[in-house]
Amino acid sequence: MEMVNRPYAKAFEDYAVQHPEVLCLSADLTSSCEIDGFRDRHPGQFLSLGMAEQNMLSFAGGLGLAGFRPFLHSFGVFLYRRPYDQLMASIAYPRRQVRLMGFLPGITTPGGMTHQAIEDISVMRTIPNMTVLEAGDATEVESIVAAADSVDGPVYCRILRGAVPRLFDTPLEIGRIRVLAEGTDVLIITAGITTEEAIRARAALNRAGVSVRHLHLNTLKPFDAATILGHAEAVKHGVITLENHLVTGGIGSMVGEALAEAGLPRRLIRLGLQDTYAHGGSRHYLMRYYGMDALSLVRAAERLTGQQTGIDEEALGAVRVEAVHSVVKAEAL
Amino acid sequence: MQNSRTTEDVAHGIRCRVFEHTMRNNGGYLSQACSAAEQLAFLYNEALNLGPSTMPLVPPPFGGVPSAGNHDYRTGAGYNGPFDMVHDRLFIAPAHYALVAYACLIEVGRMAPEGLEMFNQDGSSVEMIGAEHSPGMEVHNGTLGIGLSTGAGLAWGRKRKGETGEVCVYMSDGEVQEGQTWEAVQAAAHHGIDNLWALMDVNRQQCDGAMDSVMTVGDIATKFRNFGAVVAEVDAHDLTALREAKATPHAGQPLIILAHSSPTKGMDFLMRRFPRLHYVRFKSDEERCEMNIAIAAGLGIEPVDLGEH
Repeated sequence: MEMVNRPYAKAFEDYAVQHPEVLCLSADLTSSCEIDGFRDRHPGQFLSLGMAEQNMLSFAGGLGLAGFRPFLHSFGVFLYRRPYDQLMASIAYPRRQVRLMGFLPGITTPGGMTHQAIEDISVMRTIPNMTVLEAGDATEVESIVAAADSVDGPVYCRILRGAVPRLFDTPLEIGRIRVLAEGTDVLIITAGITTEEAIRARAALNRAGVSVRHLHLNTLKPFDAATILGHAEAVKHGVITLENHLVTGGIGSMVGEALAEAGLPRRLIRLGLQDTYAHGGSRHYLMRYYGMDALSLVRAAERLTGQQTGIDEEALGAVRVEAVHSVVKAEAL
Repeated sequence: MQNSRTTEDVAHGIRCRVFEHTMRNNGGYLSQACSAAEQLAFLYNEALNLGPSTMPLVPPPFGGVPSAGNHDYRTGAGYNGPFDMVHDRLFIAPAHYALVAYACLIEVGRMAPEGLEMFNQDGSSVEMIGAEHSPGMEVHNGTLGIGLSTGAGLAWGRKRKGETGEVCVYMSDGEVQEGQTWEAVQAAAHHGIDNLWALMDVNRQQCDGAMDSVMTVGDIATKFRNFGAVVAEVDAHDLTALREAKATPHAGQPLIILAHSSPTKGMDFLMRRFPRLHYVRFKSDEERCEMNIAIAAGLGIEPVDLGEH
């Protein structure tokens, strides 16, 4: 599996230099959000707003009113918790073309409670006029810049930084669910960093005779309930969602709402943070500790199918994760 | 726009109109008219470079909130004239001054008097707390403290685009209790946003009463200067002083005019209610009648015919 170093840095710079009405805003986390190079090379397109997120969000609303499309860079959690009122009144209500680039989603930061955006999807998806995107690999990080900027309204993006695996060979398209496997026993729905876990679990499950259908979401709002229902209908045993987020209000909730509204009787297991804060630690440790890893998915699949697979940590560790184009032609579906 | 009336006359008209409305509707933001009449009259009648209104004299009904499907959505900013390179833009940050702002729009000929009859009526855009679709409003400011930041962003953008029109934010002094106000000033100073100016109604009142009893804010002029603004302090009811303050040079910095006002100016009778002046309701019919006669006399007009109201 190819690892790409700082895919956002290059993607944003390549895009922004072609679009002078795009502005790069930072709240004192410039290198942490991989825009330090952009700041140094394009200072005229960069605005430092300091550690003052409330002002930054309203200020960005004013920039939007003036016809600019500001990209706001910070850790996801700092873009909505403190400045929620400003997000509502200055950005979301008036549909400003503000792009909120939220780094370190969920437990991808060792920073603990204050740094971990674990309810951002839940919050953002309830905001009228908001679009919510999540990047799951390097290709999606690269393509989320142009995709977000194509939206006529505000957009919140969960962005991955640093060394990011490349899983997909086609760009993120808003509203387009990636179908990664078309099995018939259980449906697994993932987004962001949990997709790699599911790819690992899927390979092991397939070997154990469990046929997995796997969807990767990059567009969380608007939520394509119809497509998901079609896939849920195609499996025998039920649906598992695994999200880097609280299970309340996020992808698990959205899938549950879709099933209930359609009256489609499928069991649903929601994996992710179970009504709890997380603490600081490595991503690998936290995903295991909070039941958000490949092994948790395997156990959930066993609960749905009633079948003991015998898959253990070692078996999962032996799974080689390949780029998706060599596993199944995702976008052909 | 050509001014057909003096600013003093407009200010008097604002007080009379808000008084009449408050009497008829058994309550209103009367004190804000007392403190703000000269300031809003000054802004609309002479300080701001505004083009003619682009909106109908009688405000259209509520046309829905902004959404992807609401293609006809418009803010109320058209009452302040067209958006173009040269004209100024105005945000009225304390959205509860809406009644006073609407009265001002009528006095300067941008809205028909019938507009005020729609105030706070269901289905009307002339809302009690000014929304961005309300006449004269361009953004939502009902949550106090966000106006100056938004103005700073707009001003930065306008400067960047080479527009000569300035951005003015009308503020209330209660907003200095919000941390965001200080974030906005420091950002405007840091980025040299000098096409931004604010006129602040310093009436030392807030919802719970006198500011000193709710949260002491200290010497706000010094605080604003320390945060990087140029500050001018004036008597809010002295138009000559307001004119001089507006002319204060502020290259590379935002200008904040602190307009020290009386929350009972022109309606001395209201002192009986001090310091609970945020929203004046009548405790009894007798009080309403007494206030009607006393304030009308002070304004030099006939008492309001309460009729069936």
